[in-house]
Amino acid sequence: MKFFEDISVGDLFDVGRHKFTADNIKAFATRFDPQLFHVDEAAAERSHFGALCASGWHTAVAWMRLMTDYRRRMDEAMRARGEPVAAIGPALGFRELKWHKPVYVGDTIAYKSQVIEMRLSKSRPHAGLMSFRTTGVNQNGEPVISLVSTTFVERRDKS
Amino acid sequence: MPKLHWEDFEPGAVATYGPRLVTREEIVAFAAEFDPQPMHLDEAAASTTMLGGLGASGWHTCCLLMRMIADGFVLDSSSMGAPGIDEVRWLKPLRPGTNIRIRVTVLECRPSGSRPEMGLVKFQYEVLDEAESCLTVMTSTSMFGRRQAGPRT
Repeated sequence: MKFFEDISVGDLFDVGRHKFTADNIKAFATRFDPQLFHVDEAAAERSHFGALCASGWHTAVAWMRLMTDYRRRMDEAMRARGEPVAAIGPALGFRELKWHKPVYVGDTIAYKSQVIEMRLSKSRPHAGLMSFRTTGVNQNGEPVISLVSTTFVERRDKS
Repeated sequence: MPKLHWEDFEPGAVATYGPRLVTREEIVAFAAEFDPQPMHLDEAAASTTMLGGLGASGWHTCCLLMRMIADGFVLDSSSMGAPGIDEVRWLKPLRPGTNIRIRVTVLECRPSGSRPEMGLVKFQYEVLDEAESCLTVMTSTSMFGRRQAGPRT
């Protein structure tokens, strides 16, 4: 990760896409959210969703995986240029998570995260706090998820 | 027929689910799949991070919470899903070997403005360790089917 001082409000992380299949929707939901409309096609058709759809937690963690991979690629590129890499995390949490529309079988969600606030931490002088808004959009351009996360990022200036 | 409908939730009601043991193996397996950061994967690497040792991904804690409330009451309800999450705060790390419990408090119940067959329930969920210390707190609203459509009676 870049250091706190090198990140600006408005910076955009285009983290990538995830395709939701019947198999990965049901596999995730069976473990963590086995409501019928996430695990059983016939029951999902009878529900208000009208078809099998992903657990909202699945839609969220698919972003987390893409974001982690994105940061690793960024770190590798920085190390290749001989630049120091800043530590990131842990996160404090998130807020304003909205599942705007269901994610159905065959949907591909493209996720982007944009920095909305940078502030110093009172409790951790060696780190700052980065807040960013993440949005996931389906192949029709419709938002399906958005949330605001806050995480620690290491400062270059530790004073 | 599910047992619980929107009419069965009352503000102030509290229920607790668990305990459930969270193992090192499942913390590492979840992180490897969904959140492969060193602080969730490897003790030695985690000890040099601000987490101060191996701890579960916060998303893993949320997913465990979801599964425990699913088994606790959601699967036996007229749940219609949730439009979102107001807030999650990861207050303390979830360490391997912790027996967690979930304390659920009903904050608010209101009928849906647009759908007479549906009502909304706002909950606070606390993930507690053995010492009743709160590791994660979440506030969110869920949608439930009503026994009888129309104004609450």
